[in-house]
Amino acid sequence: MKILVPVKRVPDPATTIRILPDGSGIATDNIKWVINPFDEIALEEALRIKEKQGGGDVALLSVGQQAWQEQLRTGLAMGADRAILVRADQPLDTLAIARVMAKIVGDEKPELVIIGKQAIDDDSNQVGQMLAEMLGWPQATFASKVEIAGTKCTVVREVDGGVETLAFELPAVITADLRLNEPRYASLPGIMKARKKELKEIPVDSLGLDLAPKLKIKALAAPAKRQAGRKVGSVEELVGVLHSEAKVI
Amino acid sequence: MAQTLDRDVIEAVRRFVDRDVIPVASELEHRDEYPHALVATMRELGLFGATIPAEHGGLGLSFVSYARLMTELSRGWMSLAGVLNSHLIMAYIITHHGTDEQRKRFLPAMAAGEKRGGLALTEPHAGSDVQSIRTTAVRHGDNYVLKGSKMFITNARHGTMLAVAAKTDPKAKPAYAGISMFAVEKNERGPTVSRNLKKLGYKGIDTCEVLLEELDVPAGNLIGGQEGQGFKQVMSALEVGRINVAARAVGVAQAAFENAIRYAQQRTTFGKPICEHQAVQLMLADMGTRLEAARLMVQSAAEKKDAGERCDVEAGMAKLFASEACAKVTLDAMRVLGGYGYTAEFPVERFYRDAPLMMIGEGTNEIQALVIARGLLSRNRI
Repeated sequence: MKILVPVKRVPDPATTIRILPDGSGIATDNIKWVINPFDEIALEEALRIKEKQGGGDVALLSVGQQAWQEQLRTGLAMGADRAILVRADQPLDTLAIARVMAKIVGDEKPELVIIGKQAIDDDSNQVGQMLAEMLGWPQATFASKVEIAGTKCTVVREVDGGVETLAFELPAVITADLRLNEPRYASLPGIMKARKKELKEIPVDSLGLDLAPKLKIKALAAPAKRQAGRKVGSVEELVGVLHSEAKVI
Repeated sequence: MAQTLDRDVIEAVRRFVDRDVIPVASELEHRDEYPHALVATMRELGLFGATIPAEHGGLGLSFVSYARLMTELSRGWMSLAGVLNSHLIMAYIITHHGTDEQRKRFLPAMAAGEKRGGLALTEPHAGSDVQSIRTTAVRHGDNYVLKGSKMFITNARHGTMLAVAAKTDPKAKPAYAGISMFAVEKNERGPTVSRNLKKLGYKGIDTCEVLLEELDVPAGNLIGGQEGQGFKQVMSALEVGRINVAARAVGVAQAAFENAIRYAQQRTTFGKPICEHQAVQLMLADMGTRLEAARLMVQSAAEKKDAGERCDVEAGMAKLFASEACAKVTLDAMRVLGGYGYTAEFPVERFYRDAPLMMIGEGTNEIQALVIARGLLSRNRI
């Protein structure tokens, strides 16, 4: 089966994020970049499907700058067969990204797209849904279990207060939730092999799409610093403080 | 020739160390417990083939990359570098001095981590003075019969094979010309591990006393197929060993430094973070400088080795300097952390206990100094 896994380059979740003084973005010096952890889970699932079926093609797709190659190589080292980087040096919003992906899906004709439910940098949680809509494909978001039999797919998804099971026909878009699997390490021989795998670059301008941003980031601000806690002497005092100071009861 | 640093490989190892090693290292170390799970992951990662040539199933990493890899592992837990190092030294000896048949027979399985090796050189009364080993190997039909005892042997209990140095000609003059190396695979007859040694640090990993009680070893396992080559074979591998120990020292020192510089910004005394006190700044500057110098010396020695140049002096210098720097940096880290640094709640005490191994192992620093001096004199003869 042909599976396409879109991946985004994001700051390592362990990195301390600093906002630029003018609020226009984050300071990117000294940041370690990784594959968006949810996309990594999506890739792991794609690799497991391929292994279970005893063959297939897992292609990675990124829309971004030259440096994104680094994350694509990591994905190749984990076991993806090839990678496509749509080179876009300008910032693109979620709608534009989804349009680019829809175009590539049209050319590549995968039977399944698995993508992280959201990227941990802006937490938009939109691209998977938009992509499915543009393609007119079924979508199963927040997947915590995926099963495929022929062209039939069953996805268990996490919803408030329980789980929901969806059944649909492929092709489809699935977005991966945290508990879907635990991604493997890229083995060192895998890393060596990844250096020789195909990484195709496509200039975004060659796709002839309307990528004008519909969304503009006006400012970023750090959350307020947490105040130190304090101890109270008795339940009465606690209730009093919750009432008069915190005003929650 | 692979001389460049394999950044992607190092990054993968760093990730393994951050995610899997650092959270459990102190606990396993305090229990002196062999890290079976970590070793299994190291095997999956392919680390046991690090410097084994690609045509024999390994990664064929450069020594520059190998040194960085050892530094990364040691930044998490120095004992893990030990699991790998003597295995790779044995593989190095087989790669460079073994017969074609031996390379084919041992290296792919070693690269996959199915066979895990060690180096059995040291004896109770012969360490840096390799020539005076007493273990003997006597030819008997298709076998050699090995007899003797070995000391401080890493991987002896959990490994599957050992490169054993033994005298095939105990009367040879000079004495080193009588030494041969054997690839000895463990079986029910031996080698026997008589005991695990208790140590100050470097815990979790098996460091053992090993007995060879008239053990039959097939003649085909004489490395290189020719008697009397053992000393030369071992010496060529010890350059690698020295780079390795120096790289480990950098890793341990770096871990201590990272802990100290983080703590110095968190802990406040007299109304400000202690990193704003000059007394602490002086220590941080000194630690950082020694660390950087040690790192560069290790890299430089590894580059020479990659270029195929002799690097005994440089590797010795790197080992000498980095291990002394490590001892100083780990102690200073403890000073920065104060009372907490002395407790087992923080990992600095572990780094402090691990540090002396690098001054003693792979040739004591005193022996290193002699080797360096002799090397310098021979290069600068007037």
